[in-house]
Amino acid sequence: MTATAEAPAAPEIGKDRRRKEDQRLITGRTRWTDNLTLPGMVHLAMVRSPFAHATITSIDTSAAASAPNIVAVFSGADFGDELGVCINAWPITPEQVTPNHSPMPADRVAFAGEIVAVVVARTAAAARDAAELVDVEYDELPAALDLKESAEDKVLAHPESGTNKSALWVFDSGEAGTGGNVEEAIEKARADGIVIEREYRQQRLIPAFMEPRSVVVDPTGEQLTMWSATQIPHILRFALAATTGVPESKIRVIAPDVGGGFGGKLQVTPEEWIAWAVARRISKPVKYTETRSESLQSAHHGRDQWQKLVLAATKDGTVTGFKVDLLADLGAYVAIVGGGVPVLGAFMFNAIYKFPAYRFACQTVLTNKAWTDAYRGAGRPEATYAVERMMDELAAEVGVDPLEIREKNWIKHEEFPFTTVAGLTYDSGNYEAATAKAKEMFGYDALRAEQKQRRDAGDRVQLGIGISTFTEMCGLAPSRVLGSLDYGAGGWEHAGVRMLATGKVEVVTGSSAHGQGHETAFSQIVADRLGVPFEDVEILHGDTQVAHKGLDTYGSRSLTVGGEALVLAADKVIEKAKPIAAHLLEANADDVEFAAGTFSVKGTDQGKTIQEIALATFAAHDYPEGIEPSIDAESTYDPVNFSFPHGTHLCAMEVDTETGQSTMRKYVCVDDIGNIINPLIVSGQVHGGLVQGIAQALWEEAVYDDSGTLVSGSFVDYLLPTSADTISFDIEHTTSPSTTNSLGTKGVGEAGTIASTPAVVNAIVDAVRQHGVNDIQMPCTPERVWKAIQEGAGA
Amino acid sequence: MTQISLTVDGTKVTDDVEPRMLLVQYLRETLGKTGTVIGCDTSNCGACTVHLDGRSVKSCNVLAVQADGHEVTTIEGLARNGELHPVQEAFRECHGLQCGFCTPGMIMQSVDLLNENPHPTEAEVRVGLEGNLCRCTGYHNIVRSVLYAAEHADVQQGEKAGAQ
Repeated sequence: MTATAEAPAAPEIGKDRRRKEDQRLITGRTRWTDNLTLPGMVHLAMVRSPFAHATITSIDTSAAASAPNIVAVFSGADFGDELGVCINAWPITPEQVTPNHSPMPADRVAFAGEIVAVVVARTAAAARDAAELVDVEYDELPAALDLKESAEDKVLAHPESGTNKSALWVFDSGEAGTGGNVEEAIEKARADGIVIEREYRQQRLIPAFMEPRSVVVDPTGEQLTMWSATQIPHILRFALAATTGVPESKIRVIAPDVGGGFGGKLQVTPEEWIAWAVARRISKPVKYTETRSESLQSAHHGRDQWQKLVLAATKDGTVTGFKVDLLADLGAYVAIVGGGVPVLGAFMFNAIYKFPAYRFACQTVLTNKAWTDAYRGAGRPEATYAVERMMDELAAEVGVDPLEIREKNWIKHEEFPFTTVAGLTYDSGNYEAATAKAKEMFGYDALRAEQKQRRDAGDRVQLGIGISTFTEMCGLAPSRVLGSLDYGAGGWEHAGVRMLATGKVEVVTGSSAHGQGHETAFSQIVADRLGVPFEDVEILHGDTQVAHKGLDTYGSRSLTVGGEALVLAADKVIEKAKPIAAHLLEANADDVEFAAGTFSVKGTDQGKTIQEIALATFAAHDYPEGIEPSIDAESTYDPVNFSFPHGTHLCAMEVDTETGQSTMRKYVCVDDIGNIINPLIVSGQVHGGLVQGIAQALWEEAVYDDSGTLVSGSFVDYLLPTSADTISFDIEHTTSPSTTNSLGTKGVGEAGTIASTPAVVNAIVDAVRQHGVNDIQMPCTPERVWKAIQEGAGA
Repeated sequence: MTQISLTVDGTKVTDDVEPRMLLVQYLRETLGKTGTVIGCDTSNCGACTVHLDGRSVKSCNVLAVQADGHEVTTIEGLARNGELHPVQEAFRECHGLQCGFCTPGMIMQSVDLLNENPHPTEAEVRVGLEGNLCRCTGYHNIVRSVLYAAEHADVQQGEKAGAQ
């Protein structure tokens, strides 16, 4: 190195960069869809069914239509095919029963909250007032509400289908050749080992993003533009084109600032279709923003399964087989990926363990409740909960520490890459390292000693320790794998890097954020790759006219798939710039190397920065023959494998055995998510994920009454945790880089949610196990915990 | 229609409003102050929190006519002369926001909390923010932000005292 050479800037990757997004968000200069006002814009209000299942006998809109400031009132019959249909993009079997899903049915409603008419008015208040005047006559039909009863077709959710059973999806390791026959394993264990049978309930949850869904459609001009609070602008655009016949090239979808999603905005919604149809019909811009009550009632819900589990093991606690039978509640319709969500779990019930035999069967069932679909984790939390609860039960049966039983069964770090009984190949991981670190941070042995002391003393408040050594599959997903699962799209991601004449860099990504901090983390990646300042990188996303290709944001995919596409696009920029740099440096391209933002001739001090090349290319006065005057580049990256984050979560709960009240005392987690781009953003993802998972364990449940009305239909009754309900967490990391992407990243968006639910419930059960308790149904309310103790004591 | 006159973010405004109009609707729809947002319809979420005469209120729970003659500060009026309020700065510094939808209300509530109790404990911060829901952060970094702001304001005051 010569004395004049500048030291390369400190790498951006790994820095706690404060977020680029924050300035507008902390000052209120935001671009939520509901903030938009367009000239001549009218407002929509929806008329929704109060019945879970009913025939619509008449709709009288006359009083509403003659109310002040009303532009029009429409019902389903006014539109017919123009309305399009809500699509199911993932039929999990060829025979799947998929009821037709009109955004606004004209004849029959299938859940309470379904839209039957729409009022169009000059103000939002006038629209809501007039919606009260729409007179709808219904003939109520029996409603299919209970999941188990619905699976027996006692009452039909859709009489014309003849059954509520939508699809049966089975994976059997014996048949697939990935392992043994689970029935044989269970039979053998019944003879000379241990068989544990349990049935767990995954209660129905509501994603409850903070920004209510909102949509604006502008039909003026040649092009139709839709702004929507969505996670999936590209998929939405495709769906609009595919089912309404408008050419895709005439549709622009924009997801501006989006206030949280958690899977809940991974949907093409009836409200979007109706806004679209109304705008086209009346040729005016329209806006619809839901109320929170409408959101809780009609935006898709999550989870809602019964899980029948049989675990076979030898007497020393070595698992020999695991059999899973699921009933999964789809709600009234098969949502965009609704049927596929439980199937994602099929690959995760074996988790980090070496199970020799495994069988998974999932029956999806239609009911007259809100549709279900992806909610943070989507299939993987359900699987993780089941297996991590069962490992605790096995430990109790064998009479050893639950960590010991896990270690006995998990994949050793020297065994990676490891192909599991579910057929996935885990590329990397180190469960020993994460667990050792977590134990130390937690003070595991001291807490176990305190637990014993309290037990021996018969204290009123008992201490429980909950463990969750989870893994998940992230980075959705290799397109060929999705194809083999009959998913309707690929799993690639697209990126573009544009070098501006002034040396600034515009980066286009098909993956748009709704809180994850893409603008910051992606800037760090590109800044490092191109050797340009972090501040000079601008991330453009969420507008199909700017980011013309993309598969959007879900499944912890943005960094591992979208980030890799960025790297490849940036590398192409360097490759394109190299011959131009060589030309300007009057050198042979082979003698030019690129480092820290500068092309230099080997062995000389001659160099040109990438910004200089960008300017030279813009001027285009002097560039080599046969080369285009542009160094912009695009890339589409299709991942070669999923990524497999993992971690060890330890939770201490104090349970008052007289009141059933559970209080969290300590929560420690060590996540291995591979290499980390921005530790600060990662910490936020983990904290938020933890609380969503803890909320499933302790508080949240979407409850319907016997008539199919959502009882928990407002934030008064659907218990989102508050700051006073939660504690601060101790989080750390171990690092086993992914070997299947160049950044070595694995994804972190869902980890906390997937891992924390079983950690909490394991802790509560552990606290009261000596009272004869081996299960408590979620959410573990004081009433349920208290009852479990009473029943356990009486048993 | 009823005429109201009030001060919003330092500017005097006079408007005719429907008696039933909520303060948050007045701010968003009449004044275009879209920094203040609506997250629920039961006054649970606190996303619409603003200051009325310096104290936090949920602006979905106040009629516009009730603000007649009073002073309202929204998230858009918190920064002064281009300088962020220490609580805004703290939220950025401590990553106290993700999607940012609850943030205006959360910041306004935090400012009120610190005005009343400049040296809160973690437990006091947690209770003080109980009326504001966040779905992204798990509150961990929000609580950290408020504690950071309290500490930072101390330093600032100390510097001022030292300069005198």
